[in-house]
Amino acid sequence: MDEAPIISVRGLVTRFGKHTVHDGLDLDVRQGEIIGIVGGSGTGKSVLLRAVVGLLKPVEGQITVFGENVRDTSAEDYRRLRRRWGVMFQDGALFSSLNVQQNVEAPMREQLALSPETRAALAAIKVRMVGLPEDALQKMPSELSGGMRKRAGFARAIALDPEIVFLDEPTAGLDPIGAAAFDTLIAQLRRALGLTVFLVTHDLDSLHAICDRIAVLAEGRVLATGTMSEMQNVDHPWVQAYFKGPRARAALAQKETI
Amino acid sequence: MNTRGSRPADNTTAPQMNFVDGVLVLEGDFLIGSVEGLLAQHGQAETIDLSGVTRLDTAGAWAVVTLERRIQDAGGTPKITGATSLQSDLIETLRQNMPETDIPVAPKKSVADRLEQVGRSTVSAFQKTMAIVGFLGRVVATVAGLIVRPGRIRWTAIVHHMQQVGLNAVPIVSLMAFLIGVVLAFQGAAQLRQFGAEVFVVDLIAISILRELGILLTAIIVAGRSGSAFTAAIGSMKMREEIDAMRTLGLDPVEVLVVPRVIALTIMLPVLGIIANFAGLFGGALMSWIELGVSPGVFQSRLVSNTGVEHLFVGLIKAPFFALIIAIVGCFEGMQVKGNAESLGHLTSTSVVLAIFLVIAADALFSIFFAVLGI
Ligand SMILES: Nc1ncnc2c1ncn2[C@@H]1O[C@H](COP(=O)(O)OP(=O)(O)OP(=O)(O)O)[C@@H](O)[C@H]1O
Ligand SMILES: [Mg+2]
Repeated sequence: MDEAPIISVRGLVTRFGKHTVHDGLDLDVRQGEIIGIVGGSGTGKSVLLRAVVGLLKPVEGQITVFGENVRDTSAEDYRRLRRRWGVMFQDGALFSSLNVQQNVEAPMREQLALSPETRAALAAIKVRMVGLPEDALQKMPSELSGGMRKRAGFARAIALDPEIVFLDEPTAGLDPIGAAAFDTLIAQLRRALGLTVFLVTHDLDSLHAICDRIAVLAEGRVLATGTMSEMQNVDHPWVQAYFKGPRARAALAQKETI
Repeated sequence: MNTRGSRPADNTTAPQMNFVDGVLVLEGDFLIGSVEGLLAQHGQAETIDLSGVTRLDTAGAWAVVTLERRIQDAGGTPKITGATSLQSDLIETLRQNMPETDIPVAPKKSVADRLEQVGRSTVSAFQKTMAIVGFLGRVVATVAGLIVRPGRIRWTAIVHHMQQVGLNAVPIVSLMAFLIGVVLAFQGAAQLRQFGAEVFVVDLIAISILRELGILLTAIIVAGRSGSAFTAAIGSMKMREEIDAMRTLGLDPVEVLVVPRVIALTIMLPVLGIIANFAGLFGGALMSWIELGVSPGVFQSRLVSNTGVEHLFVGLIKAPFFALIIAIVGCFEGMQVKGNAESLGHLTSTSVVLAIFLVIAADALFSIFFAVLGI
């Protein structure tokens, strides 16, 4: 695939006070792929995600999404750009004063002039697509379990049929069956909607099951990118420990028996 | 490879829908912003032809499935032709996920609903009163338990809150009282000068500040400042499940969070009241001097000879009661917070309004009480 990358990050530097999180980070995401971003806790995966979607101003560096610069864009362009992606934050970040249906309708309400009936019908479909029961529609976020909140957050992220979805640890805190179902869901929706998925995760099973490529974050940069099997051969202690540790072997073994 | 191809955001072709010889022909881009209007059209067809559809998203597929359902409802057997495999996958996904029933849209409110609302608020106001009294009882019981076992009293927390609600409030409280003294002297002077009774301004200032205004206005400021802070602090702990965590560790939230705040405020509000009294008298004296030429010496001697010390006590005796009201209401509302941010904001403002209202109501009761006693 020699198309221009859909997301391209060049020389990204982010800093909080004196603490440098990213130091000259480069990353390309190709259209239609599921890229898994891995790295130890605190290596700046969530910060990278926030920088790419324009929530955080980097100190230096170029970030382009759909070929447009995220940083130096007019408010109007940024709004148009934002319509083309959906974000699911680490804790779901549902609006706590709205029920699930209203949460999923929120982006439609903001961006489009749809009738309440159409909005409700589309929201109901999205909620079912992410595998929530219909009676979840009227529930408040505080009445949902952690896994259900994540699904509802995902439904909100795909409410406008975005071209890219950013997911921050969607399977963390889910039971293994729920996590596997979520993986299947992501892969299925990717196929059905033609999504590009930017997936921050620690979940080795997710990486095996659905990621086309993996990017490893460490020492403020992307240490390596490649497929799961290519990761086995990267010569770096952290990468070795991560992809050859007991959990990785278990995940690999499981995959081979399937 | 993308169902919609790579699309620049607003370069779309409007979707079209035509009935041609019993075939429903769809053409153009079927995207979320544009499909809605099409569904208003009705006609006769059994086959839906998608070969002219350039782009299709979930909403577009939803429209197709809705049309398909309509044909079914009219007794026909719908058939879809001309869809690419990606498009038919998406349509199949939608078919599986269409809700069976219509999703209710929030209905309008009728008069009966509003009446019901009034009834519900009345009952809940009553229940809330009972709950606050119950909460007060729990706090008193906990304090009694602590008196038996003084080792469990959290001195650090108490001192911390004393600084927060007391020391840190000194500047605002004294400024407020000073200005009240100034205003009283100014207004009093304007009236009393007409009778040549300027010197009575001292009695006016002293009695109104010592008896009523000093402590009442201090309580109102503290309710706005510390009552809201109590609600917000306890409420956000409740929201982040910290209170539940405390319970699982065998800590009693009333003992750990509520009692230190109640004790700190009960100690500090009388102190703030005294400070307010001094500041108010000072402001009044200053203004009397400037405006009426009542020298500080005259002010002082008249104050001492004419104003009974009972006025000071009548004022100060109210302070611990006001403090109890503010602290109990603030902590109670904090404990009522449910898991969402809106309820926190709502309850914080409720807490301030309720505390101020109850303080003023209590002040009125005290006035009647002292009048009956003849103090
Ligand atoms: N708002 C902030 N202010 C100051 N420092 C921050 C802020 N947000 C993140 N950081 C710091 O940036 C670093 C990266 O944080 P980030 O949240 O991206 O980690 P992460 O890779 O997502 O970790 P995890 O896997 O635990 O979610 C951390 O050291 C964190 O302390
Ligand atoms: Mg993170």
